[in-house]
Formats: sequence, C-alpha cells, structure tokens
Amino acid sequence: MADTPTKVPLATTTLGSSVASYTFSSIPSTYTDLILVAWIAPTLGTGTSIMAVKLNSDTTNYSGTGLLGTGTAVQSSRYTGLSGLPIAGYNNGSGTGNINIICHFQNYSNTTTYKTMIARADNASFQTEASVGLWRKTPEAINSIQIYNYGGVNLTAGSTFTLYGIL
Amino acid sequence: MAITKLSGSSLTNINKYDSFLAGNAAYDPGAYYLIERVTVGSGGSSTITFNSIASTYKHLQVRYVSRNTTALDSFLIRFNSDTGSTYARHKLSGDGATASAGATTATTYMASADYPTGTSTFGAGVIDVLDYANTNKYKTMRVLAGYDANGSGLIDFRSNLWQSTSAVTRIDITSNSNSFAQYSSFALYGIKGA
Repeated sequence: MADTPTKVPLATTTLGSSVASYTFSSIPSTYTDLILVAWIAPTLGTGTSIMAVKLNSDTTNYSGTGLLGTGTAVQSSRYTGLSGLPIAGYNNGSGTGNINIICHFQNYSNTTTYKTMIARADNASFQTEASVGLWRKTPEAINSIQIYNYGGVNLTAGSTFTLYGIL
Repeated sequence: MAITKLSGSSLTNINKYDSFLAGNAAYDPGAYYLIERVTVGSGGSSTITFNSIASTYKHLQVRYVSRNTTALDSFLIRFNSDTGSTYARHKLSGDGATASAGATTATTYMASADYPTGTSTFGAGVIDVLDYANTNKYKTMRVLAGYDANGSGLIDFRSNLWQSTSAVTRIDITSNSNSFAQYSSFALYGIKGA
C-alpha cells in the first residue's frame, strides 16, 4: 500500500474587520476531499442565526438534514429550497460564545455526482450539532466556498477560516 | 560591483555535505497519509476491504461517499474478519423530523449511517478508529455520517466498539443488502502521533 502525505493547507485567513462573507476561490481540483475549519467569533447583530456556505456562487439547489442538542432538548430539522447549505446555528446578538465548525466536502471535484457535505459545529454557550447537506446543481467541481450568515449579519473580526485539501 | 579574485586558499573552515537538505529545517510531510483508496466500478461491489494495515500509525480514518445499487441500505463493518458477537454500537440520529438514539450489544458488526440509492445522490462519512494498533485496549470507532436526498435524509453520530485487544489489521465494509454502486469511494488514511 502507498504511504503518501495527504492533508494540505490550501489557505487560511483571520478577518481583520467585520465583513458580510468570506470566500475561498480558485480552489484547485487536484484533491479528493476538502475540509473547512472555521472559528467564528460571536456576533453582535440580530437576525437569522444560521451560518451557511454557498458553493460556486450558486443560490439554489441546496438541501440538508440537521441534528442538534441544546443541553435541554434534542431535535432534527430538514432544509430545502435554501440559497446555501446550513452548517451551524448560533445565538445572534448574545455577544458570547464562539462557534467551531468542521465541514467535509467529499469527492468535491468530480463532475459526475451531486456533492454531499457533512459538518460538525459546536457553540458551548448555545448548542452542539451535526448536519449533512446536498448540492444538486448539475455536477461540477467545487471551485469556491463562501461562508456567510443566512440572515445577513456580518462575520465578526477575528473569525478564522482554514481550508485543507485531502489527496 | 567590484570583481575580486576567489582562490582556493581564501576558502577556510568549510563544511561539506552530501545532501542539499543539510543545514535546512527537517522536511515534514505532515501527519496524514493515504494508505489506500477503493473506488467502485460499473459492476458495483458488495464489500470494500482494507487488508494488511500496518501498525505504524496512531489512528486510522476512513473517508467515503457511497450509493447503493437498489435501495436505502446500511453498512456492516468488521475488523480482522471477526464475525463473532464481539461488537457493540450506539447511535444518535436525526432524520429531519425526529431525533432518536439506539444501542446494540453483543452484536456481530459495527455500523455507519444508512446510505441512499439514486442516480447522483451519495451518502458521506468520516470514520475514525482510535489507537487501532494498541494491544492493551478494546478498539473504539467514531462515526459522523449521513445523506440528504432533498426531502429525505439522515445524519448520525455513532460510536462502535470491538471487544478485542488485537491490533486492527483488516477492515471490511459490507453493504447489508445489494451492493455499493459505481463511483462509491472509500479511502483509508493513517494519522501519525507525536
């Protein structure tokens, strides 16, 4: 069996100021999977408390299934017809608690199948959760990933995003 | 720039090396290694096997996408060809409407989330086998896996236990019914420790 080093950091950033979204673009198709690791600082705005990703700037063709625990309850939800893939919920406006997120984009560069993403997100002051998402656009390689708040709240300065390629 | 003569007698205290890497930081190829990848062809496959797994890593990780040839199906995962009742499973699942939990003990296989059928829709998962080569403890597997099919879906957290102290040298992943369909792909990675 081969023994090849395979996890490669492609890009990383720490936001110097509050922005509406952050995008990894020009992602090469030379890997098998992508892993997005995000640390998102608490927000001060109000609105829909969902972090999401948009692939190749597509605004349709997304659906997902989620599972979360709040400390007092557990629930599962389905998302259809959204303009992005939900990856985490959080407590907008609380000013406390950061979110740690890991998203796996499996087989992202193939041009034959829809893309499935699985994600884990934790916010110790709010909830812990997992989700699976489907991008149903006519199969194409993922070449950009935009991270944003579904309700339009800015990403807070200090938030960190890193993208890895897995050979 | 002035040109000055360089003669052999002006070169003193010279260290000679056989490697161009000498004097530079050690090359670090990272801690994450592809051991083997299996991609299912047009004929489908009922079982994916990773065999002769070396004990040189700290942990193993299987990353996969999977589609069934016929219907929604489940996985059977076994170590070292052990078909005895040496396994136990726990899961926490969400199907988009209801969250549920389950457990099975003294069972003959471990499991990941169910996976779908359909032309282009695949399930996905990440399976970690922790401290797989340690011969002093039972082996624990951690799973994050699921699928979404735009109106149906499933997301699972799972833990699986193999009650054996043997090092894991073989992993068999079997479709419970039918077969893994074309383009299903399973990759085994070794993760090195410090």
